[in-house]
Amino acid sequence: MLDARSRRPSPAPHTGRAGCRLAAALAAAAVATAAHAADPPPAREAELVRLVRQDCGSCHGMTLRGGLGPPLTPQALADRPEAMLAATIIHGRPGTAMPPWRPFVTEAEADWIASRLKRGLGDDGR
Amino acid sequence: MAASRFLRPAGALAAAVILAGCASPASVRGTGDLGLVIERASGSVQIVDNTNRASLARVNGFGDLSHAAAVYSRDGRYAFVFGRDGGLTKVDLLQARVVARTVQGGNSIGGAISQDGRLVAVANYEPGGIKIFDAATLELLAEVPSTPGPDGKGAKVVGIADAPGNRFVYSLFEAGEIWIVDAADPRHPRTTRFRDVGKQPYDGLITPDGRFYIAGLFGEDGLVLVDLWDTGAGAKRILDGYGRGGEKLPVYKMPHLRGWAMAGGYAFLPAIGRDEVLVVDAKTWKQVAAIPVHGQPVFVMARPDGRQVWVNFAFPKNDTVQVIDVAALAVVQALKPGRTVLHMEFTARGDEVWISARDDDRLVVYDTASFERRAELPARSPSGIFFTWRAHRIGL
Repeated sequence: MLDARSRRPSPAPHTGRAGCRLAAALAAAAVATAAHAADPPPAREAELVRLVRQDCGSCHGMTLRGGLGPPLTPQALADRPEAMLAATIIHGRPGTAMPPWRPFVTEAEADWIASRLKRGLGDDGR
Repeated sequence: MAASRFLRPAGALAAAVILAGCASPASVRGTGDLGLVIERASGSVQIVDNTNRASLARVNGFGDLSHAAAVYSRDGRYAFVFGRDGGLTKVDLLQARVVARTVQGGNSIGGAISQDGRLVAVANYEPGGIKIFDAATLELLAEVPSTPGPDGKGAKVVGIADAPGNRFVYSLFEAGEIWIVDAADPRHPRTTRFRDVGKQPYDGLITPDGRFYIAGLFGEDGLVLVDLWDTGAGAKRILDGYGRGGEKLPVYKMPHLRGWAMAGGYAFLPAIGRDEVLVVDAKTWKQVAAIPVHGQPVFVMARPDGRQVWVNFAFPKNDTVQVIDVAALAVVQALKPGRTVLHMEFTARGDEVWISARDDDRLVVYDTASFERRAELPARSPSGIFFTWRAHRIGL
């Protein structure tokens, strides 16, 4: 049997813990919608940066200069609107290898990630 | 290189012996139980000894190893490390130092060494194609650009493997092709193309006998097989429409096919977008089972004797490793080596397996019979583990 807990959120929202997390995420999203594009708390920001580098990085490269997926550097994203990037993060791109990340980030967090990608993620996490 | 602080006493002693160089008879040793561990975030590798379960040295200066792979010279002394940034680095395991390095492309995924050990081919995403180098000097001998995909750029090369006859076989992601490059005359390689093999081949492998090349498809449910004993027969679809009717899950990490599992007359393969390992009869290439597992498989690897198949999983279920018993075709063991398990490597005869847990900065060594932890070693964001037995395996 599997006993140890995953540090990362589960994609299946029917368990107790994930349910709480989902509720928290929805609450956070609601707050973020009210106070448009509120930045996540610093600890969560660090988690998101890590998620982008390590897990988005599986396809886009840890340095975001591209892999099987396209580069996500500020230059590469120069002509992509932030809202489109955020929507791509949340919903994925059907017909391509880009999956929806909705189980792992809120819409507000996707907005924050999109804006950070446009500005450049910096060298943290390397 | 430096005999770094992290060395344990036994390791430090061994490193000192290595550092003494080859002049002294006391320093003479084989490399058959050595290996490399990629430290993906720091662009370094550790040289490890799997008899003493020890780290011997850390070597720096490999560039961007966020995705990396390695192949070995046939004498088991040198490793060729392929980095994400197009770096090709030749490292001497005995002297623990880089002996040659070239940044040969913008974005690379891996490479292969030829049957005669004289050529190293690198598979590139950017610019799409392969480059062939002299294994002794890393001199560039030939370039084979890939055909453009729908976006007009040279398609990304995936799933490169060496095949008998100094050939390299690989797939083109955007173009949906499989190419065989015959490098018998390395400066004038000859290419055989198989077109329209399927949508988005994402990785490939060659069977341990060097006969069958198989590419996995991302864009559709199925795999493609080329029989290198009968290339005139073309590329054949196998497992067409596997799992049809079931909904595919989003894929957060592409499975890897290389280092795959042939065991008990079956091939064990990761299902794309499904929490399953597919079992295929290796004679008929028909599916015989789909084993439910913990998550979407990334690596599906057979213990060298073929009795067990070990599986690790994609984000977010990457803290677990499961073991399939080949006789029962069922999961018999689950282990939690640490956070973010990226790779597993068996010792040459499979008594132990080394596992990298990236987010816990450690390697964990298990006994494969009792599943007991034998050792833990510190490592910086470890990913791929490559032991020198690969030097003598076709396709690795």
